[in-house]
This record gives sequence, structure tokens and C-alpha cells, in this order.
Amino acid sequence: MAEGLVPNEDPGQAVAASGGPPVIAPGYTFGSVTDKISAIVLTRGTPLGWWLGFLLAFALVNVLLVSITYLLVKGVGIWGIDIPVGWGFAIVNFVWWIGIGHAGTLISAILLLLKQTWRTSINRFAEAMTLFAVSCAGLFPLIHMGRPWLAYWMVPYPNTMGVWPQFRSPLVWDVFAVSTYATVSLMFWFVGLIPDLATLRDRSPSRAGRVIYGMLAMGWRGSARHWHRYEIAYLLLAGLATPLVVSVHTVVSFDFAIAIVPGWHTTIFPPYFVAGAIYSGFAMVLTLAIPIRAIYGLEDFITMRHLQNMAKVMLVTGLIVAYGYLVEAFIAWYSGDRFERFVPFNRVTGPYALFYAALILCNVVIPQALWLKRVRNSVPVLFVIAIIVNVGMWLERFIIVVTSLHRDFLTSSWGMYSPTFWDWATFVGTIGLFLALLFLFLRFLPMISIAEMRAILPEAKVEEGR
Amino acid sequence: MSPLNSSKPDNAGPRTWWRALEERAGDPAFQELLHNEFPSQVEAIADPVARRTFLKLMGASLALGGFTGCTLQPSEKIVPYVRQPEELIPGRPLFFATAMALGGVAIGLLVESHEGRPTKIEGNPLHPGSLGATDAFAQAAVLGLYDPDRSQTLTNLGDIRPWSAFLGELRAALAAQQPLKGAGVRILTESVSSPTLAAQIRDVLSRFPSAKWHRWDPASGEQARAGARLAFGEYVGVRYRFDRADVILALDSDFLGCGPGSVRYARDFAERRRPGQAGRMNRLYALDSMPSSTGARADHRLPVRPSEVEGLARRIAAAIGVGGVEQATGSSAGGQTTSDQTARWINAVAKDLQAHRGSSLVVAGDEQPAAVHAVAHAMNAALGNAGSTVIYTDPVEAEPADQLASLGDLVNDMNAGAVDLLVIIGGNPVYTAPADVPFGAALSKVRLRVHLGLYDDETSALCHWQIPETHFLEAWSDARAYDGTASIVQPLIAPLYNGKSAHELLAAFTDRPERSGYDIVRDYWNARAADLKIGGGDGAAAPKPGAGFSAAFESAWRRWLHDGLIPGTALSARTVAVRGPIPSTSIATMIAGAAGPRGAAGGTAPPPADGALEIVFRSDPSVLDGRFANNGWLQELPKPITKLTWDNAVLVSPKTAEMLKVGGVPSMQGGEHGQIVSDVVELRYRGRSVKGAAFVVPGHPDGCATVHLGYGRTRAGQVGSGTGFNANALRTSDAMSFGPGLQIARTGERYSLACTQYHHLMEGRGQVRAITRDEFVRNPSALKEGDQTPPKTLTLYPEHKYEGHKWGMTIDVNACIGCNACVVGCQSENNIPVVGKAQVLAGREMHWLRIDTYYRGPVDNPETYFQPVPCMQCENAPCEVVCPVGATVHSDEGLNDMVYNRCVGTRYCSNNCPYKVRRFNFLLYQDWTTPSLKLGRNPDVTVRSRGVMEKCTYCVQRINEAKIDAEKEERPLKDGDIKTACQQVCPADAIVFGDLNDPGSRVAQLQREVRNYALLAELNTRPRTTYLAVVRNVNPELGE
Repeated sequence: MAEGLVPNEDPGQAVAASGGPPVIAPGYTFGSVTDKISAIVLTRGTPLGWWLGFLLAFALVNVLLVSITYLLVKGVGIWGIDIPVGWGFAIVNFVWWIGIGHAGTLISAILLLLKQTWRTSINRFAEAMTLFAVSCAGLFPLIHMGRPWLAYWMVPYPNTMGVWPQFRSPLVWDVFAVSTYATVSLMFWFVGLIPDLATLRDRSPSRAGRVIYGMLAMGWRGSARHWHRYEIAYLLLAGLATPLVVSVHTVVSFDFAIAIVPGWHTTIFPPYFVAGAIYSGFAMVLTLAIPIRAIYGLEDFITMRHLQNMAKVMLVTGLIVAYGYLVEAFIAWYSGDRFERFVPFNRVTGPYALFYAALILCNVVIPQALWLKRVRNSVPVLFVIAIIVNVGMWLERFIIVVTSLHRDFLTSSWGMYSPTFWDWATFVGTIGLFLALLFLFLRFLPMISIAEMRAILPEAKVEEGR
Repeated sequence: MSPLNSSKPDNAGPRTWWRALEERAGDPAFQELLHNEFPSQVEAIADPVARRTFLKLMGASLALGGFTGCTLQPSEKIVPYVRQPEELIPGRPLFFATAMALGGVAIGLLVESHEGRPTKIEGNPLHPGSLGATDAFAQAAVLGLYDPDRSQTLTNLGDIRPWSAFLGELRAALAAQQPLKGAGVRILTESVSSPTLAAQIRDVLSRFPSAKWHRWDPASGEQARAGARLAFGEYVGVRYRFDRADVILALDSDFLGCGPGSVRYARDFAERRRPGQAGRMNRLYALDSMPSSTGARADHRLPVRPSEVEGLARRIAAAIGVGGVEQATGSSAGGQTTSDQTARWINAVAKDLQAHRGSSLVVAGDEQPAAVHAVAHAMNAALGNAGSTVIYTDPVEAEPADQLASLGDLVNDMNAGAVDLLVIIGGNPVYTAPADVPFGAALSKVRLRVHLGLYDDETSALCHWQIPETHFLEAWSDARAYDGTASIVQPLIAPLYNGKSAHELLAAFTDRPERSGYDIVRDYWNARAADLKIGGGDGAAAPKPGAGFSAAFESAWRRWLHDGLIPGTALSARTVAVRGPIPSTSIATMIAGAAGPRGAAGGTAPPPADGALEIVFRSDPSVLDGRFANNGWLQELPKPITKLTWDNAVLVSPKTAEMLKVGGVPSMQGGEHGQIVSDVVELRYRGRSVKGAAFVVPGHPDGCATVHLGYGRTRAGQVGSGTGFNANALRTSDAMSFGPGLQIARTGERYSLACTQYHHLMEGRGQVRAITRDEFVRNPSALKEGDQTPPKTLTLYPEHKYEGHKWGMTIDVNACIGCNACVVGCQSENNIPVVGKAQVLAGREMHWLRIDTYYRGPVDNPETYFQPVPCMQCENAPCEVVCPVGATVHSDEGLNDMVYNRCVGTRYCSNNCPYKVRRFNFLLYQDWTTPSLKLGRNPDVTVRSRGVMEKCTYCVQRINEAKIDAEKEERPLKDGDIKTACQQVCPADAIVFGDLNDPGSRVAQLQREVRNYALLAELNTRPRTTYLAVVRNVNPELGE
């Protein structure tokens, strides 16, 4: 066990160096950490709150199912899209969900490579969040098609017709980017779970638990050889996942940047989208972490240190996003192109001006409060700000998709878009799907990595030359 | 059943016919009876739509129930012809010449027929009224033919009866009239130009000398007729020669957009406006009320209220030295706009007209009173235009009449109980009669009433017998064009519903009631053979009707049918003289002199005119007087200028709207390209009132409101019932076109109007380029100022090579009159679905070709430009790059081909199309189930399903057909072999299509012209549809 993921720095030193709260409260041993985390799954029983939450989320899943069924029966005309606004909520939600997923990968892969030990207690559920967000995101490009049953035509597969996808289209790049991302994220998450699944197998009081966890643990025995290979695999996957953090949202931004629509056709989109993705991702991790640590009494593992660090990441990425807004407007003016110049003007003064104002308020103005240590230390305020940023980032995608399309080149074709009941139902339904999956995850899998938590305990510190 | 019984409502029992009438009356006793007798069915019976829905659901559940156990497609056998019809090759269309009459004036057509089904209508190039083009109404006639709501069975009080039963009752009634010489017999027709029909009616009148023939046709130029009589003392046919006119003054006339001969006039007018021959360019001045196509094309347009036109026309007439036109009364007509500017305008026009004696032309509008027409005739006479630019002939219509008086007389007779038998041939007078002529109420006093009509409409509901009329594509007839040229109307298909034509109905009055329309028409023309100098040398007397046909006649007949016209039937010019001073019909005298509405009681005194507005009634540009209300293509056709669909509205100027505090705003759903939420206003006019949505029209004169007729119908059919409001309810017989004393009050309600373009400003984006003629002659390259076409190398992708053809199109914005014929032509050719008002509101109309309207200049009188926008078929097409499945690809002839069965519907191509010409099937828009609609589709064009993108293809089916033909005949394609549907129907010849690889082709030549420009060229899309800039022939004296 002692060989498990040993950080090179002393956790105690790390605490001292940053001067903030520790990444794990003092007084824990290998055994107590394992007990505390595995008990949530194995012995503590299902709290009533879980049931209420899950049932609510499950009801929303049914809303999603009804919405999709109706969509398949009638067609995408049940939504508010039209000519000129051919993309509406579906694409807004797609980009939003994909963005949310980014925090998970960033925490698990990049922070791992950067040896940020504080990531340990949040990476498991951040990764789970990534997977669930990508599941929700992946739904939208499928169902937003006019003929979704032909979606497989986007995939290059040999066929007798000799027809291939059209590789110049960013939508095809999307297929690769998102499916790769989903696959690697799943692998990474699952590989990280293996030692913990073995722990659950060993501790499960029920036979069913032992069988199921046993199968999932894939014969993990905790031998030194296992640990050795496990660590190499985990690092390799982290290395694989790292470029994906950048590439996925870059490719998603190409959906817009490649087009000639003023407001989309912008070279700043890739970095600005990635920053926005991390911004919204961390906001979502905070939104989830704060209630979970309170409900399950995990304040010792997810400490103020984590919350503060995430707040700082939000502050930085939020500033990058704000810079993006500024440069976008500046370049529009600087280009001298009348269509480009019209876009920021229309966003500020057009029919969607209120949405744009709300976006600036949510994404730029309010998060500046995070400069204050007092705010970063206040859990309720952090929670509220995180939710505001989530809303703001959704609005950003709405502004990008809708306000660019609704008034493009020919004034004769200017139009408007507003969502219908079914737009909302589908969106709320995916939130339900996300939450339902999350509730299942909390109930049946260890939400914090037991093995890695044990590794950051002082107990795990190996004295050189002992 | 005797007519006496059948006309008693109380004895009628639970018949559908009476039920409908009682409901109209809202009789509570009857309602109670209905509720007691059939409580569960009340709603279903009362509401035909609900009943239909019920049947649909039942049908659907049966079908679904049946399909659960079956996966195999039912096998269908194709039966080959036992005897192959001559010249019919399956898959190859045949074309037949025929003609369509509207308001008594015919336009010659060629109809495409696929295996016996007419599918597309083209103009007949040989026909003087068409020259190969048509209007939108003719284009939409195919849908009218296959309309599932057409009257399909002969009914008596709602019961299906055989033709023989009708014949029996009619002949009994006629026999009863025989001793009275037909004193109780009345025939009501629309305007008749059919020589055969006129002869038949005369024949009936000779059998029943005391019978009377009444006419009522809201679509024919009532005032023009009266004006000619006022000027010349007799009915005279008037036709214009725009090809000879250098200076034209339109007095509230929309000669380009509607009315007899407008298709031909548009061609002649456009031919004189080719800037390539700048010296020949004509100049058009327009006094315009409701902004019209003609006003939009005018070099100088003066917005005036209709009542002001007469005063101004008289002043212009006086200025050019016409005597006897001084304003008879010192009324205020013309007074309001008498400013320096108006005076300057009048002087300039008068001077210009005088400078072009013999080559000028004054045209008065159909909605202007007779006096204005008379003044126009007097001006033309004084300017020496008679015989040159304006030709007088005998009237085209057979026996013209004062139709308003004719209808009034009929109503009086009916009210007096003098009418025993009324046969209404065509038309819907119950709906179209003016509000103060209680036609419907008087009708019920007739003992036997028969209606021959295409639809079971408002008039049918009040008649005993409803006889389904044959569509003009189903029956033999004949008709005269605007210049009198007669055409044989030949059917393209056997009557779909056993309908009867007017000829066949009138034959029932004679000894040979079962004569077919074919025999009647042929016999008539055989009898006329001598007049037409057929049979030449033998010099025999005119053959008797029915007495066999000479070989010469047979050969001439075949020639007439083939050519679509009868040569030598055009009416010859004659000279007529204007008589005396022209009495004034100014509004003041109209009101003061009106001794109550004509022909009927119930008129109320007009309210004092202080502070009130003027109301203007116009035929609707899409549904006319309501006769096309059930035609989805026309209902969904964005009206010129307003771009409204599916509704009429109360149209007012921006200033008037501001004064009334009414208007509309784009909704968040659909927005400027779909939904305008407007204030509902109440129009109060002479004690009557209706409610309608207000809509602001730039360029509309202040102080008046225009309402279009033809809406608010109650029995039009599934498509047309319940659209808009009924403006007829305000219209009185003494003020058919306009009148003072309108009060507009806000109701506080809101109403959604479906408008496909609400933003008409160009925002400096250079969609339309315009220049004056003088500048164009001096420095044509001024048109190219600000061009930012990027270099061709500015693309990552290799250039396309075109070894064969390279298709291209130019659209002359200078010629386009915005008449919409191309839009409907495209819809008919390419199986474009109708989506319905709700979907237009959502911004999802499907037209592949739209006509954008742009304004420039002051809002009270802007310059108006029409710009048809089909797919640009870009060289560097933004749509092609972004499609993930390659469903839109560049062809080796330069088209952006759309592969429907590959499309998965991401809509990325539409988002990336800067011209927004792509259309998406958001829902299943095509009607896959109605059997009759299946017949009308073009078999050469895929019928698209839900979830698929579609757009203009340059009519690729026509390209391929012409290519195959050329290949079979081993010859190269010639320029002009291929005409796109929009090009073919264009009256103004504004659209030219052809091969850009052929330097001699018309399109290649036009694209080399200095006026040629590409829309949004700065995007480097390199569109191959280009536009020709506008050149306005501005009078330097007036300036821009």
C-alpha cells in the first residue's frame, strides 16, 4: 500500500506552504479513511434525502424520454428553431454540457500531472460528472438532426455505396472529438476505480455486492505488480486525456469559427471556448461538491482548501472569458467589416440585449467578488456564485448561437428565435438525466478515491533510507 | 320535391343545408332541437373541421390497427396500356394550349400534362396576352383543380342527387315559365367574354324573352367600363401600347400588377426600360395610393389618397390643355396635398407629357371612379395618343353592363318576389355583394335557386341546388384575351367530380339538354367559320350547327387548339371621340348626391367627415375577391410590398399609425421573418364595423386606410375559411373603391400577422444598387463603387473546372415588378409544400424563391425595389463545406446539388448560407395522404419528407431533360433550350438563365454588362446568380 501514488512532496509541507486549510483534516488513518468512504456505499444505508433527490431526477428523466419520443414522432419542428436560426437550444445545451465536462478531465489529468494533491478528494466525482455531462451533451447532436435515425452516416464506415462523411465539415470533427473524449474519460475513470472496487468487493456485506464489485474489480489483489502497472496505466491515460481537455472544446468551437456567420467566424474562439469550458466546469463541481460534502459529512475530505482553490480557478478562467468578450468586440470593430461590427452592436442593443446584459453580469461582474478572501471562505456565497456562473455560461452559448444567426447578412432574412415548451422540457430533462446518474453514482460507487486519499495521509509518507 | 316545398325552412327538418342556415341565424329553438336530438354529436356536426378530424382519427386508428400485424408492403400491379394513346410516352410530358379567364379576360396558357394529369401551367408564347408568361393566379390554377375541398357532388339541400333529378326540376320550372315568357327567370353570371356562352345566353333569352341576364363580377374593371362610357357615350374596349409609350402617367393604376392585359403590359413596359438602350427608356409617373407594383417601378411616385387623384388628374389635364375638366365642385379633393411640391410635380408631368405627344400615355386605375377614367381618355385624346399608345376597340366582354346596377336590379326583383328561378353561373355573390345590397336576404325569396360553382360556398349554402362546376382545365369553352383574341379553352383532364360547365348547364335550358360542352363550343365556331374565312374557296354559306364539319374546319380547329388562339379574332381599332365636359365624381358630390345606396334599402347617412379617415377597398393581390381563398399557394404567397400571408390587414401609413397609436412589433417567435403582433382595430364606417389587425406600410398616403377584399370567408374550405376579416361588410354600392368617414378605434386586442419580411431597410449592405439614367450614361462605373470582390485565389480549395456547361442566372432588378408569378411557378414546378399560417408565423415558409422588398429614402414615400432571391449556386459555396454527410455538393456544371436522401438535417448549411435561401422541413409539411393532391405533383421532382433541407436547384430536372433531348438528337444545347420555371413565367423577362461557358449566351452577355453585380460579393462566395442594377429614368426637373 505504501507504494500507492506517493506524492513527491510532503502533504504536510504542502499545507504549510500554501498557508491555507489542509487538504485532509488531521487524525485520519488508512483504516478510518477507508471506513468512512466505503460506508456510504456499503453500510450506512440509503438516506431518505437520496430517495427524494433520485426520484425527482428520475421524474425529469421521464420528461426527457417523453420529449424525445415526441420529437421522433413529429420532427424538430416542435422546437422554436426556424430560418434563419437553424440551431437553438439543442446546440446551446450541447456546448454547455460539453463545457461542464471539462473540469473533470482537467482535475483528474492535468492536476495529476502537475502533482496538485488537493485534487485527490474531488477528482472521482468530478470525473463522474464529466462522464454524465458528456452523456447529456452527446444526446443533443443526435436528436437535433432532422433525421436522427441516420446519425451513423456521420461516422466513417466502409459501405457498399462508397460514400464517406464530408471531412471538411466541423460536425464530423465533432464526432471524433466527442467520442474520443467520452471513451478516454470513461477509461480513465474506470481504471482509477479498480483499487476501490476491490476494496468494496472485500468489504461488501452482501453476496450480490461481492459478485458485482468483484467482477468490476477485474481480479485486483493489490500486489506490488498490480500497483506498478496500475500507476503506469493511470499516468498514460492522464497523458492521453490532457490534450483532450484542450482539443474537445477547440473542435466544438470550430463548429462556429469555421462558419462564415458574423459572430461565429472568429479566431479567438478556441482558447476562449476552452477557458469558458473550464470556468463552467469548475462552477459545476462547486455546485455539486458543496451540498454533497454537507449531506454526507465529508467536510474533512473536501475541505475549504478545495473550495478556495476551485474558486481561484474560476476567477482566472472567468477573467480569460471576460478578455475573450472584450477582444471579440474589439476585433469586430477593428476589422472594419460592417457585418462584424453589427454583431456586438446588435448584442448590446438588439432584441436579445437583456440576455447579453445578464450574461455580462453573471460571467464577468459577479465573479469578481472572488477576489475577496472573505467570499472564497464563505461556502453559501461560493455556492450561489457557482450557480450564477453556470447560468452565465449557458447564456453565453445562447448569445453566441442565437444572436449571431438571427441577424446575419441580408436584412430581409432577419428573424427571431424563442424556445418552445419542448425546448425547455428537453433541456430540463437532460439536467434530470445528469442528476439521476449522479445519484446512482453516489449510492453505488465510492465518490472519493479511497486509495488516493490513503496515499496523502501522513501515514503513507515513506522515510527515505529507512 | 317541388321548389315550393323546398324553400320553406320550417318544414325542412334536420337537413344539413337548413341546419347551416339556422346556425347562421343563431336560432335558439333550433339549437335546442339539435341538442335534444343529437346531444353527443352537436359539436361534431356543427363544426365541419371537428368532424373531419374525427374521421381522420378513426381512419388513422383503423389503419394503425391494421398495420400492427403486417410488415410487408402490399403488392401493387402496374397495368400497361392495352392500347397505347397516341403520342403518349410514359414519363414524357405533353403540352396542350388552353386559356384561363379572370374577370372575363383570358390569358393563353400551355399546360404540362403527365400521363393525362395537368401538373404545371406555362404561358402560351403565341398568345398576345401572355407571350409565354403568366400571372400568379394562372400558376396556382393547378392547385385549384386538385383542391380536395371543391364541390364534388350535385346536391339538393345537401342531399346528393343525380343530374337527371336536377334536369327534371329545372325543366318543370321552365315549363311553368313558358307561358310567362320567362318573366320569372334570371341568370346571373360573372363577366362573360366567351363567345359561345354569350351566344347560349342570347339563345336562352330568345326562348324566354322576358327573362333577364344579370352580371356581377367583382374582379372585372367596373369603373373602367363606366369611365369609357362616360367619355365616349358607349362601352369601349381600351388597350394600351406600352411598347410605344415614352412617358406614362398612372393615375392610381396598377397596370403592371393586376387587371386585364397586365402580363402583356409588364412585358412591353420592361422592354422599354432596358438601360442598355438608355435612349429608349420610358419614364413612369405614378399617383399611387396603396403602394403598388406600378408605384414601385415608377420613376416619380406621389402618394395620394384615392379621393385626391381626380382633382390632381384634372389639374394635369387642364395644364396640358384639355377642356371641360375643371373641378365641377369646389371640393377639397386634391386640396390637401396642394403644396409647392405637388404643383411642381404636376407641372413637370404636364410638361413631360406635352413634350411626348403621341408617345405618352395616361392610364387610370380600376379603383378610380369613372370620371378619372374619362379624364384620362380626354388627356390621351388631347395628347394625340389615341390610336398610338392607346387603342380603342369594341369591348372584349360580351354585352358589358353596369354590373352594380345589374345586381341592384336583381335584388329589387328578388325582393319584389318577381323571381321564380335564379341560375347563378359562377361567382359567389352572397359573399361579394356590397354590404348595402342584401343579396343573401333577397335570395331566399326566390322559389328555385341554382348555383353552379367550383366550391360549396356562401352562395351555395343559400341555394337549393349546388352544381359542381368544372374547372377550366376540365371543360371545353372559349374566351377572349385583353385584345379580343379568342382562344378555345380545351380540357386537360376529364372532370374529376362529374362537374358541369356553364355551357352544359345552359344547354339544359334548350331542347337538347344533354349536349356536351365540346359539341356546343365546336358548333358555335363551326357556325362562325364563314366570318373567319375558313373553307376559303368553296364560298359556301355558314354551315348549320351540328351539320357535320368540313375538312377545312377540322383542320382550322386543330390549328386553333394547337396554337391556343383563333387567328383574326383580335378586335380592330376604332376611333371614338370624347364627348363634352366630364362631370365630377368627387367624394363630396358622391356623398351629397347619393340618394341612399342603390338598389336596396338599409343605407345609413354617412357620418360627418371631420377628423375621419378615408377607407380604400382593394382586391387582394393573392386571393382577389375571395375566389382563390382556398388556394394554399396563393394564401401563403407573400403579398407584394406588405409581405403578408394568410391574412388581410388594415394598412396605414407610418404617420397615420402614429396618430392612431397602432402598429405591430416583431414577436420573439419568428420575428421579422414570421410573426408581427399587431394591434387589432375596429373600423367604423357608415354605421357598420369590422375588426382587423393594423399594419404599417411605408409609402402609403396619410389619412386613409387600405383594406383588401377576399378574406373573412366562412365557407371557403379548409384552407380559406376564417382567414382575415371581411372587408365587404363595410363596402357600400356608392363607394365601392373608397369613401370618407372611416373611424378607427383601438380595441386593445392583439393579433399575429404572418409576414415573411418586416425589415425592409438595406442597412448599407448594398443588396440593391440603383443609379439615375443620366449618371448611368455619364459614368456607368459609378455602380461599381465600393465593390469589394476578393481575389479568386483567396480560398484553400482548388478551383472547380467546368468542361461542359457552367450554369448561371441573372436577375434584372430593374425589370422586376414583384408580381410573384415566379414564386408560385417555382412552387408548382418543384412540389413545394404549403406549411400553413402557424408555420409561417414560426418563420418556416418553404418558398425556394422569395422576393425581397427594400426601401430607400423617406418613410412616407420611399423608393421600393423588388429583388427575387433564389439559390445563388455559389462557386465557393459556404453550405457545401459544412455539411457533414456530403448532402449538398458541387456538380460539374456548377450547381450546388442537394441530395435529399443523403441529408440528415443538421441545418448547418442553412446557418452558413449568407443568403438564407435554404428551406428546411421542420415537420412533415408535404400532404402525403390527400389523393387529389398527389395527381398535381411534378413527377420529375422528388417530394421531400420531414427532416430534409431543400432549396432552389436551377430546375435541374429541366436541365437534364433538355440535355437528354439534345443528346438524343445529337446536337449541342442551344441558349434558350432550358428555361427555369421562374424565368419562364416572368412577365417582365427579368430572369435569364443559361450557360456561362457559352460566351454568346444571353446570361453570359448580361454578366458582362456594367450593371451586373453579385449579392454580398465581399464574402467571396462568388455567386453565379447575379443581379442587374436599377437605372431610374428620373426627370431632371424633379430630381431624385
